[in-house]
Amino acid sequence: MAIGKDRTRRNWLLSAPALILLTLAAAGPLLIMVVYSFLSPGQYGNVQWIFSLEGWRSILFTEDIFEPGKYTLADAHLTILMRSLKLSLLTTLITALVGFPTAWFIATKPPKTRVLWLFLITIPFWTNLLIRTFAINEVIRNEGLLNSFLLWAGLITEPLRIIYTDTAVFIGMAYVYLPFMVLPIFAAIDRFDMRLLEAGFDLYASRLQVLRRVILPIVKPGIIAGSILVFTPSIGAYVIPRILGGGKNLMVGNLIDLQFGQGRNWPLGAALGMTLLVIVMIALAVYTRVTNRENDRG
Amino acid sequence: MPNKIAVEARNAVKVFGQGDTSHSALNDVSISIKQGEFFTLLGPSGCGKTTLLRLIAGFETPTSGQILLDGADITALPPNKRAVNTVFQSYALFPHLTVAQNVGFGLQMQGRPKAEVKATTAEMLALVKLDAMADRKISQLSGGQQQRVALARALAPKPKVLLLDEPLSALDAKLRKDMQIELKRLQHETGITFIFVTHDQEEALTMSDRIAVMSAGNILQIGAPRDIYVKPANRFVASFIGETNFLPGTTAPGGVRLDCGATVAVDGSFMPGKVTLAVRPEQVRVQGAGTAGAIPAIITNWVYFGTDTHCYLVLSDGSPVVARLQSPAMGEAGLEIGASVGVTFAPGAAQVLKD
Amino acid sequence: MANASFSASRLPGFSTIATIVFVMLYAPIVTLVVYSFNAGKTVTAWEGFSWRWYQQAWTNDIVQDAALRSLTVATCAMLIATTVATLAALGTTRTGPFAGKTLISVMINQPLLVPDIVTAISLLIFVAALKVATGYQGLAYLIVAHAAFCIPFAYLPIKARLESMDLSLENAAADLYASPMQTFRRVTLPLLAPAIIAGGMLAFVISLDDVVITSFVKSGGQDTLPTYMLGQLRRGTEPDVNAISTVLLCLTVLLLSLFFVLTRKRD
Repeated sequence: MAIGKDRTRRNWLLSAPALILLTLAAAGPLLIMVVYSFLSPGQYGNVQWIFSLEGWRSILFTEDIFEPGKYTLADAHLTILMRSLKLSLLTTLITALVGFPTAWFIATKPPKTRVLWLFLITIPFWTNLLIRTFAINEVIRNEGLLNSFLLWAGLITEPLRIIYTDTAVFIGMAYVYLPFMVLPIFAAIDRFDMRLLEAGFDLYASRLQVLRRVILPIVKPGIIAGSILVFTPSIGAYVIPRILGGGKNLMVGNLIDLQFGQGRNWPLGAALGMTLLVIVMIALAVYTRVTNRENDRG
Repeated sequence: MPNKIAVEARNAVKVFGQGDTSHSALNDVSISIKQGEFFTLLGPSGCGKTTLLRLIAGFETPTSGQILLDGADITALPPNKRAVNTVFQSYALFPHLTVAQNVGFGLQMQGRPKAEVKATTAEMLALVKLDAMADRKISQLSGGQQQRVALARALAPKPKVLLLDEPLSALDAKLRKDMQIELKRLQHETGITFIFVTHDQEEALTMSDRIAVMSAGNILQIGAPRDIYVKPANRFVASFIGETNFLPGTTAPGGVRLDCGATVAVDGSFMPGKVTLAVRPEQVRVQGAGTAGAIPAIITNWVYFGTDTHCYLVLSDGSPVVARLQSPAMGEAGLEIGASVGVTFAPGAAQVLKD
Repeated sequence: MANASFSASRLPGFSTIATIVFVMLYAPIVTLVVYSFNAGKTVTAWEGFSWRWYQQAWTNDIVQDAALRSLTVATCAMLIATTVATLAALGTTRTGPFAGKTLISVMINQPLLVPDIVTAISLLIFVAALKVATGYQGLAYLIVAHAAFCIPFAYLPIKARLESMDLSLENAAADLYASPMQTFRRVTLPLLAPAIIAGGMLAFVISLDDVVITSFVKSGGQDTLPTYMLGQLRRGTEPDVNAISTVLLCLTVLLLSLFFVLTRKRD
């Protein structure tokens, strides 16, 4: 039922302070960034107010230094984009693979202990990302806990070189974002009617069949929600690759940062930022479509 | 072969929990259910009837004892290896599947050929008169329709025994009556053994071939509905099934001497001492005061029920008695509250109960 | 009986995976906390218990300065975000559809959808222009930026609480001659208070945790604890970062426990 004019005005007035603040410090700057992506870079950073598509073009192509007007694929950018996609997808996959059993484990505990397990997964969820990245760094760096243990146990003679590799970034992201996967899957399993399991077994399904044919289809929305919650920050990761990738194994976030630092190419940085935003929006659109379809069917 | 045994429980014991917190849900229960029988487990909540059903289905493993299906020990078999199917209390229909997919699920899991799954599903949907709903989502069905899908789904794999766990409890009174008739029809048409769990004594009496009355983890009496109603084995059965007047008394030559002083003739022999006499309200007659052999009583109240009128009386020792009379008879007698009357029991109606 | 009891919800291997997950989740954090008390400098050798790194961090002027700034920004951002989020929640829940309802909801949730780094550079661009235009370099930029991205975190618990609150209580108050303002102060606000506090705590934690947006918005010499730690990390690890991390961790656990208590449904 639609509401009257007075109520509509009241609702807008109540929401106004939040909207003004968000326009000022979120939506507005985002629009300015779009404008900046179509300008020319200034010599010492910032921009010159001359329209240019160079920022967008340099995402994928570099102009030949000797032959102006000749463009070649920007391999460095492409590598970074592909690495971001690859690592984010891998992170999403591994967190889903171990997150689902973990969520199931928590959800099938008796109510009293379930709260405790849930609390244990919630603490890392809210703990400073920097602290957790730092903690995993202490484990995997050359003189870190893992190598010390393996050397002490005599399993290796040389320290494993994990830190400052793609693997390090992958481990770090999986470690940091795992709680983001577990919580929505837990919420889905928590709503799941456990009596359906007995119905499945009663109708001659094996455990694997019950998992595939009954559990997974019903908790799928939770897994998709978790995947979005993991994929989105992974693709936009900045701190984790900066600490664990050691300045070499950049991801899109670091490439953007670079354009505002040494690169002094703000339009490219803005265009890359827009690209990242578009990737996230596509992921969200897919999520919305899938969940809507589920709702239509359910 | 109507007397072949379909399901048997031998000395089944189920204890939940351990140590101080443990509680016994079934105490050494043995039962034999015949093939093609409509068998009902009847009792109040917590009596162990659902536990016994879950032992047969395989959802619980007995603490000790055995479960046999067609003479074979299935105690250690998981539910997906037992040729029994369950109609769940809450139906437990798969929300992500259509009506037809739900019905075909068991057959698919058994690895039956596609054509057979399709044909049997159609046959089952026709049996429960849901042919037109095959492609609907479960959430689009009414409670009664969901009930039918649950039935069709459990019958589709043609189980040796169908287990029904209070399947009608979620339906309203009118739908319940229809489904009771429907269930009897399905059982008759399929010839499958039905084990039906309910706490509703009326449901049990109208539908069953035989009833097992349970209480606190024990089976108190097994028998045909009529036997259990007419000759309840003890006070619990008598009070749980139908209404009963309980009159305290002591044994006397030729019958029981009630505490109010009157003596009632009863059949059979019994241990001398204090006993309780059970008389169904419809077996109580109210006559004029001073009628020969009648027990003096005073009418305290009466309640009109349409065809019946319940007449509440009190004997001289203060024992309450209810008589269920046909309404016209009541009116003709001109019985009023406070009137002194005489009470008699129909011949053979009074049962002596062990407490 | 020898045969294991049948359990419908048991899935083989799941408990093992979950156990490993919990161990892996906590091992690094526990190590970090334990070694913040190590007398020695490394995480590999335990040289005895010591408060050394806590003392070193505590007596470090730069750390004190950063800590104070973190708390100032987080407190201001929390107060602003919680106030505007409460108003917005009152305007968008328990009401029928109205023109722009979806727009408002998208705006409020926007900080959750946009990656940190994108918000950070867009703010950098905007704030850089403002700094040139106004000449003001102060803490207000950080506070406003933090307040904005904290809004959705403050908004969610308040909205959830409002949606579960029956309008009949307010109607009953009105029936008993309370004016709309009296109804709000005497009925709505007290019922909403736990959610407002919970939302405020989430906003506080989120502000305290931020490193990306702060790095890009702050002026020179405006380090918060996280940006200070990030800078330290680049220069090689000093165990006083462990000590600061442990303190922040304890603060998070404390606030989170309070949050759990406040939002727990009263049976």
